[in-house]
Amino acid sequence: MASATSDGTTRRDFLYIASGAMGAVGVGLAAWPFIDQMNPSAAVLAMSSTEVDLTPVQEGQQITIMWRSKPVFVRKRTKKEIEEAKAVNVADLPDGVARNANLPDAAPATDANRTIKPDWLVLIGICTHLGCIPLFNQGEFGGYLCPCHGSQYDTAGRIRKGPAPENLFIPPYAFMNDTRIKIG
Amino acid sequence: MRFALPLGLSFAVLASLATVASAEEATLGHALPPKAVQFSFEGPFGTYDRAALQRGFQVYKEVCSACHSLNRVAFHALADEGGPGFTEAQAKAIAAAYKIPAGPNDKGETTDANGTPLTRPGILADHFPAPFPNDEAARTANNGALPPDLSIIIKARNGGEHYVYSILTGFGEKVPAGFKVIDGKYYNPYFEGWNISMPPPLNANSVTYSDGTKATVEQEAHDVVTFLSWAAEPKMEERKRMGFGVMLFLIAFAGVLFLAYRKMWADQH
Amino acid sequence: MSAGESTYVPKSGLTRWLDSRLPIVRFTHDTMLTYPTPKNLNIWWTFGGILAIMLVFQILTGVVLAMHYVANDKMAFDSVENIMRDVNYGWLLRYAHANGASMFFLAVYIHIFRGLYYGSYKAPREVLWILGVIIYVLMIATAFLGYVLPWGQMSFWAATVITNLFSSIDQIVPHLGTAISTWLWGGFAVGDPTLNRFFSLHYLLPFVIFALVGLHIWALHVPGNNNPLGIDVKGPQDTVPFHPYYTVKDAFYLVLFFVLFAALVFYSPNFVGDVENYQPANPLVTPPEIVPEWYLLPFYAMLRSIPQKLIGVLVLFGALATLVFAPWLDTSKVRSMRFRPMLKPFFWLLVLTCLMLGYLGAKRPDAIWNLGGIEISLVWPARLGTLYYYAYFWLILPIVGLIETPKPVPDSIAKPVLKAAE
Repeated sequence: MASATSDGTTRRDFLYIASGAMGAVGVGLAAWPFIDQMNPSAAVLAMSSTEVDLTPVQEGQQITIMWRSKPVFVRKRTKKEIEEAKAVNVADLPDGVARNANLPDAAPATDANRTIKPDWLVLIGICTHLGCIPLFNQGEFGGYLCPCHGSQYDTAGRIRKGPAPENLFIPPYAFMNDTRIKIG
Repeated sequence: MRFALPLGLSFAVLASLATVASAEEATLGHALPPKAVQFSFEGPFGTYDRAALQRGFQVYKEVCSACHSLNRVAFHALADEGGPGFTEAQAKAIAAAYKIPAGPNDKGETTDANGTPLTRPGILADHFPAPFPNDEAARTANNGALPPDLSIIIKARNGGEHYVYSILTGFGEKVPAGFKVIDGKYYNPYFEGWNISMPPPLNANSVTYSDGTKATVEQEAHDVVTFLSWAAEPKMEERKRMGFGVMLFLIAFAGVLFLAYRKMWADQH
Repeated sequence: MSAGESTYVPKSGLTRWLDSRLPIVRFTHDTMLTYPTPKNLNIWWTFGGILAIMLVFQILTGVVLAMHYVANDKMAFDSVENIMRDVNYGWLLRYAHANGASMFFLAVYIHIFRGLYYGSYKAPREVLWILGVIIYVLMIATAFLGYVLPWGQMSFWAATVITNLFSSIDQIVPHLGTAISTWLWGGFAVGDPTLNRFFSLHYLLPFVIFALVGLHIWALHVPGNNNPLGIDVKGPQDTVPFHPYYTVKDAFYLVLFFVLFAALVFYSPNFVGDVENYQPANPLVTPPEIVPEWYLLPFYAMLRSIPQKLIGVLVLFGALATLVFAPWLDTSKVRSMRFRPMLKPFFWLLVLTCLMLGYLGAKRPDAIWNLGGIEISLVWPARLGTLYYYAYFWLILPIVGLIETPKPVPDSIAKPVLKAAE
């Protein structure tokens, strides 16, 4: 039964440490499903990208679609709106960064950096001030006016006047063909 | 050990109660026990046969979906691990081939000029659309019988995959003397009451398998039952895999704890 | 015995500070580490700890399931399927919770029968026992409420059958029973209002159980644990500190318990369930056989064995209430069945009876037993079983206690242990 005391003590300590360690590992492994179940489910992830057919959108018009529970404006700009956006000096903008998920963070807010094809403006329709939804084709700059606190955006969705700190965000998107984009 | 005798006696008595009969046994109409076929996914290490899943999906699509919905299965599940093994692009194409009821258009209309409900092509997030808009329409099209949704049919029937396989292959048998088949129903001895509302759904070569497998009724039934088993339990392979790891861990842990327990209590004996 | 002095000495400044404000470490030390526990406890004593772990496990899995479950009659079934298919590890959490309930009841039945066998319900542990009965009743209520939530065929019809039992009160006070049923339903039958409130109560009761378990353990620690010999602890020579002796032993048996639990969850997760519950609830179609989960079958058999509805209900609830009186019905001074040769066969017959009642509860009401040509309706063994259950507590316990000659009971725990080592 008994081995020498010191050997017996070491063996016993080893068993207790092993038990404790295995218990801790078991609890840790068991904890993961409890934590991961809160991550987006497969049903939610299946909605993580949305395709949009561009054919119904006329020039000078905009549609709003939901993407990841957020409103996204898909706007076909007129020639005049494109020129106005291009004519703006980036140095004069309150927020000089493009805020475009398709480009590096530091890209400047030129009109070219706010679109992929110049006649299509795709941006997340949530005011960067406190989250209201800006109104289409209103305000001094021909872009958007946020009714909550008066922020005004231009025809490239950049903040020009008012309390909003940043340009409207451009979501990750790509053209699948000339008439279809995939957001997310 | 002192409980061995009484517990043993208890179980012996219980086992002897096995001669209990139900009042209606051995009468006409009592369903035969399901056929004893083998499926690849049975047992603790069973997995779904990918090819069978794809063939079974083809059978569902071309035969069963005319009457039976598969409400709970999303198109994206077709590309999931442990499933039929379609790529995401293939699953997307399968989805796009379906017409999903669409919401109202900008004018607020839900039907087109002819009164047909508006539809749009399916996306991965959609579930398989039902063949009928509601239960009443389904009953009208099927002589008053409601074809059940098949998403969890394997789990919703005693005998599971064996039962469904037996039903599908149980048609065409000779009606026993003295049994009357109700008008509009069909004889199937594996169905309780022997009168089933579903007409025989499968015939030889009901589908032409793209992998060239011979499409006998047994093959078609086997494949569609495999597919429906996956539809009911898409996580089965992951479950068994995880179970193996968990059992190994727990048994090893029990072993270590047992040694620790013996060591700890050694000074008490 | 808990009446000893606390030996906890806080070692650091922080622990001294905490100890003088809220002695929670001292409390843990005294009740779970140094707590003197009889040294001769056997495997049947490990189930209390197992039950505590299972309660926490059910609460944890239940809370995370509640993050995805929707308690609305049109969405409940689908929300469960969403959990099974789309929620990360949802299938695992759902199967763990459903089978966990079965494991919880398996453990509680072993725990209760241990109490009956070793006389743990007798003085001075009567309140401990009664708290246990209350916990058991709340467990049954919680399990019943939980089973309704998936809103399958069996969920709906079990809810209908059980809530309809209350209408039998109409026979005592006209209209009162129906008023109670309507009040429970929130309508004229089981429906969406019923489902919603059942969800609320199912979430609530486990925490009530948790509090009662706290009282239960407190009531245990006052007299201290019983032991297989049923004799009182005489001194420190009869006990060992709970940690590490019983922490290690309980951990070992807990892991074995989890091996069985894991085998169920991972390899046969629908074994104890009913296939009917994978069909969405249909108020217009009653399933061919309405059967509760296995752990309620003995009571179901008792209920169905009485043809008169009200009496059947009273017999069912009476069976639970009977347990409360066990400490006073048993007239013997000897606790453990080891030393009660006359009562022991009656005890085993009780175990057999409960198993048989469970078996009968699953049978169809028209089932018969074919004894070599003679047909007996299974209602008769169910009635016999019910009668024996009541007789065990109300007749056998009092009478046998008075007329029995118990075997000689050892002087102390330490002596028999020493004897065995020689």
